[in-house]
Amino acid sequence: MAAELVERVGDEKLLYLVGVQTRGVPLAKRLAKLIGTTTGHEPPVGALDITLYRDDVGPWRAAHQQPLLRDTELPVAIDGRVICLVDDVLYTGRTVRAALDTLMDYGRPQAIRLAVLVDRGHRELPIAADFVGRAVPTSHSEDVQVRVTECDGEEGVWIAKEVGG
Amino acid sequence: MSVKPASRLRGKDLVGIDPLTAGEIQLILDTAEQMREIAERPIKKVPALRGKTVVNLFMEASTRTRFSFEVAEKRLSADSLNFAASASSVSKGETLLDTALNLEAMQPDFIVLRHQYAGAPHQLARILKSSVVNAGDGAHEHPTQALLDALTIRLKRGTLEGQVVTIVGDLQHSRVVRSNVLLLSRMGAEVRVAGPPSLIPPGMEAMGCRVFHHVEEAIAGADVVMMLRIQLERQGRMNFPTVREYYDFFALTPERLKLARKDCLVMHPGPMNRGVEIDSRVADGPHSVILEQVTNGVAVRMAVLYLLAGGHGEPASD
Repeated sequence: MAAELVERVGDEKLLYLVGVQTRGVPLAKRLAKLIGTTTGHEPPVGALDITLYRDDVGPWRAAHQQPLLRDTELPVAIDGRVICLVDDVLYTGRTVRAALDTLMDYGRPQAIRLAVLVDRGHRELPIAADFVGRAVPTSHSEDVQVRVTECDGEEGVWIAKEVGG
Repeated sequence: MSVKPASRLRGKDLVGIDPLTAGEIQLILDTAEQMREIAERPIKKVPALRGKTVVNLFMEASTRTRFSFEVAEKRLSADSLNFAASASSVSKGETLLDTALNLEAMQPDFIVLRHQYAGAPHQLARILKSSVVNAGDGAHEHPTQALLDALTIRLKRGTLEGQVVTIVGDLQHSRVVRSNVLLLSRMGAEVRVAGPPSLIPPGMEAMGCRVFHHVEEAIAGADVVMMLRIQLERQGRMNFPTVREYYDFFALTPERLKLARKDCLVMHPGPMNRGVEIDSRVADGPHSVILEQVTNGVAVRMAVLYLLAGGHGEPASD
């Protein structure tokens, strides 16, 4: 994926990886390292918290609980850069929509791309990933969990089926 | 051992620190810490409270608190309505309850209330469907002030636990001191209070603090010194002889500050009376975090509104 990313972006000096909290952040850091070793130029990595831009907070939320806020850290300005958003699972596309709106409030990048580890289908918005680690067909009742050492102490992709109801 | 944040606030309102658990306080402070970053962005606004209406019902004079709430509401994209008692039907004799019921008939989501009587927000909270946020009720509580003070201490010190916080001034008429003593003691800080004996109400210790009559003893070794405002508009009705004498015995001067820890924080909820309760050399000195308190106030109010907007039904299953 790292090689594909560099090839498609063209000028790797413009590339800027932004991980979506929580698990997109360690994934973005790993991608940046890989790109660094192949091209000799490690792109900067940012972290984006999209909570305040979600469409299920406020009047539309179903749960009586506000999601916890996490850090947003963009170490360099995003203006004029080619941003690659990094997330673990692409599902409805609503997180990506929120991430796009969040990013736009920080500046005007030249382009925004999307890289995900797992694309599990079932999009509810017209959003597609540019780089996909693996497309995994799933059903709505299944739960796809990506675990990374940095957050979970273990590593892998789990597909869990809901039992009973 | 730090307190684990609660997953949500249990009530629909924030009427005081007293009903909050340590976990709820931790949740508000954690959320506020994240809210601070929004003020650093090129576009200082997030859509989280889009379509929510907040009525700022201020029945008593306030500049800082009202502005702070208004900035917080705007940064979260809520619509704010400001109500000034002098330009309203209150001057025509309408009761608080009627005013509030009339406002609620316009379907606001929040009512932020500042009132001269203790318990006014509690009464509204019971009757209204909107979330009521106490922005200061009489000499009772001022929860968002205590929360912003706590956030300021936490950001500078990393924790509230074990911090020695000394609060000096008019303990009798101050809602700031009540909310602060309740919050800080609940979060494991050691709270000391000092002031003229005539301005110390009975039962202070029961709230979780130690009472001192000599300000020097109270300040010795303190991590934080918080000075309260002497309400000069009560001059003549105040329970001490003169402002000059108050300065001599209780003001925070550079000499007194030397008794505290070397890296002690100096705080004041404002508005300050320079040369009365605090010396200008201290107010503008390197220990002062007074303006940071104001910055943190916006973040704390954003956090409170955001968390209360989450509703108060059953917790989410996940």
